[in-house]
Amino acid sequence: MRALEVEGLDVDLGGRPVLRDVRLHLDRGELVGLLGPNGAGKTTLLRAILALTRTRAGTVTVEGNPSRPGRSGIGYVPQRHEFTWDFPISVEQAVLTGRTGRLGLLRRPGVSDWRAVGDALDRVQLTGLRRRPVGELSGGQRQRVLVARALALAPRILLLDEPFTGLDMPTQEMLGDLFVSLAREDRAVLMTTHDLVAAVDSCTRLVLLNGRIVADGRPADLQDAELWTTTFGVSATSPLLKLVRAT
Amino acid sequence: MSITEFLTDLLNPDLAFLPKALAIAVMSSIVCGVVGCYVVLRGMAFIGDAVAHAVFPGIAVAFVLQGSLVLGGAVAGVVTALLIAIFAQNRRIKEDSIIGVFLVGAFALGIVIISQAPGYAGSLQQFLFGSITGIPDRDLYVVGGTGLVVLGLVLALHKEFVAVCLDREMSRAMGLSVFWLDIVLYVLVTLAVVISLQTIGNILVLALLITPAAAARLLTDRLGVMMLLAPVIGGTSAVVGLYLSWSYDTPVGGTIVLVATAIFLVAWLVAPRHGLLTRRWRRPSGPEPVDVNRPAPLPGLAHPPDPSPAVR
Repeated sequence: MRALEVEGLDVDLGGRPVLRDVRLHLDRGELVGLLGPNGAGKTTLLRAILALTRTRAGTVTVEGNPSRPGRSGIGYVPQRHEFTWDFPISVEQAVLTGRTGRLGLLRRPGVSDWRAVGDALDRVQLTGLRRRPVGELSGGQRQRVLVARALALAPRILLLDEPFTGLDMPTQEMLGDLFVSLAREDRAVLMTTHDLVAAVDSCTRLVLLNGRIVADGRPADLQDAELWTTTFGVSATSPLLKLVRAT
Repeated sequence: MSITEFLTDLLNPDLAFLPKALAIAVMSSIVCGVVGCYVVLRGMAFIGDAVAHAVFPGIAVAFVLQGSLVLGGAVAGVVTALLIAIFAQNRRIKEDSIIGVFLVGAFALGIVIISQAPGYAGSLQQFLFGSITGIPDRDLYVVGGTGLVVLGLVLALHKEFVAVCLDREMSRAMGLSVFWLDIVLYVLVTLAVVISLQTIGNILVLALLITPAAAARLLTDRLGVMMLLAPVIGGTSAVVGLYLSWSYDTPVGGTIVLVATAIFLVAWLVAPRHGLLTRRWRRPSGPEPVDVNRPAPLPGLAHPPDPSPAVR
C-alpha cells in the first residue's frame, strides 16, 4: 500500500485555480523534494494533503484511507514563522504540544507521551537543550524543535514546509542529513524547498510543481533544461540550470 | 490611615460594602490575571479592549430594565465577540479594523441606551470608572460562580489554548477546532471583563487583564509560573489599591490600576535576567545575558554539540 496517494487534485483559492490535476504518490523510505517558484502551490498542496483546505476535485489517500486532520498519522512541520517563538515555553513542552490533538480534550499527558517526547528529542539531538526556553534557540535548533514536535506522534509520513529557509549552509547540511536518515528509517518524507542544491543532492525523487506537476523523477532523470525553465519561468541562460546540472 | 484602621473598617458592620468590594475586586483580578496571560501571549490586547467596551450596551440595558448588570454585560460581550469572530472571516478587512468598528459601535449604543434612564450621569460615571458602593449581595455569588467557571474552563482547555497560541496551522493539522477554541477564549475574556467592571470600571478594566500578566511575563520564562504570578500580582494590586483608595479617598478603579502599573514598572526594572537594572548590575561580573530575540549561533562547528541546558 502506498503511504500517500494524491489523484487528480484541483484546488481553488479565492476563486482562482491554484492546483490542477495534481497526481503524486509517496512510498516509505523516500525523501521527495517538492520544488517550484513562489505561488506554485507548494504549501497549498501540503495543506490539501493534510485536509486543511477545501478541494474542488480529486482524492488524497493516506495508507488507504481518506486524509483527515489529526487522524491520518501525518507529521507536519510548518514554516518556522508560523510558530510563536517568544512564547514562554521550554523545548520539551513545545514538543509535547505535538501530541495535543491525539490526547484529546480533558486528558493530561502521561508516561507514554513523555516517552514519545524524549524519543523525538533524542532523534533530533536536542535532549541537552530540552529545558531551554524556545526563544533562546538558534534558527537551526528551532527547526529541529518543529521536526521533533512532528516526530512526537511517531508519524509514518512527514511533510516539511521550507525547512531550510533562512538557515546557513552548515545548518542546512545538518538538517538535510537528518531528513535523509528519517526517510531511511522507513518514513515517507515530502519537503518543499527553494534550496535546489540541497534538494538535488539529498532527495531520492524530485517533483517539479507549478500549478500542475511538470515533472516527477529521480534527480538524475531531470536534466532536461526545459523542465526547469517551464517550472520556474526562467530563461534558458538562467544560472538556475547550472545549479541543478540540467542541460 | 494605618493598616489596622483599614482592617477595623473592613470588619465594621456599618461599612458592609467595603469587604464586599474587596472580595469582588480580588476575585475578579485573579480571574483577569489568569485569562490575561493568554491575552498577552497572543497579542490580543485590542480584542480585550473591544470586549471591555462591548459589554457596555448590555450593562446599560440591564440598568434600564433593573436586571443583573453582570448578566447583561456578559450577553452583550459574548454577542460582540461572536460578531468579531464571524466578520473577521472576511479577509478583505483586517481583524483589527473589524474590532475597531464593533468596539466603538457597541460603546455608542451603550451611551444612547443609558441616556434614556433618568439621572443617568451618575450611573455613567460609575460604569466608566468603577465604584465600591452599591454592590448587591447577589453579585458576590455571580462573580464568584462565574470566576470559578472561567478558571475551570482554563484548566480544562489549557493545553489546547497553548497549542493554538503557539502555532495555529499546526493546531489545525492536529485536528483541533481552532475557530471554536478562539470563540471560547473570547468568551472567557468577556466573562473576566464583566465580573471586573463593578469595581474597576469600563475604561480601566483592560489594565486588570493586561498589566498583571505582562508583569508576570517579565519575571519568568515559564508559562506555569506566569499563570500563577499574574493572579497574585492582580490580587495584590486589588488589595493594596483598595486600601490606598479608602485611605486617601481616591477613585478605587484608578488606584488599583496605578498599583498594578507600579508593579509592572518594578518588574521591568528588576526582573531576573532581563530587567533593565538587573542587566546593568550584572555587567561587571557575569557575561552579557543572551538576547532572547537573537539566537546565539555556535560558530565554527558544522554539527554543533548541544551545550548543557540553561541554568534555571
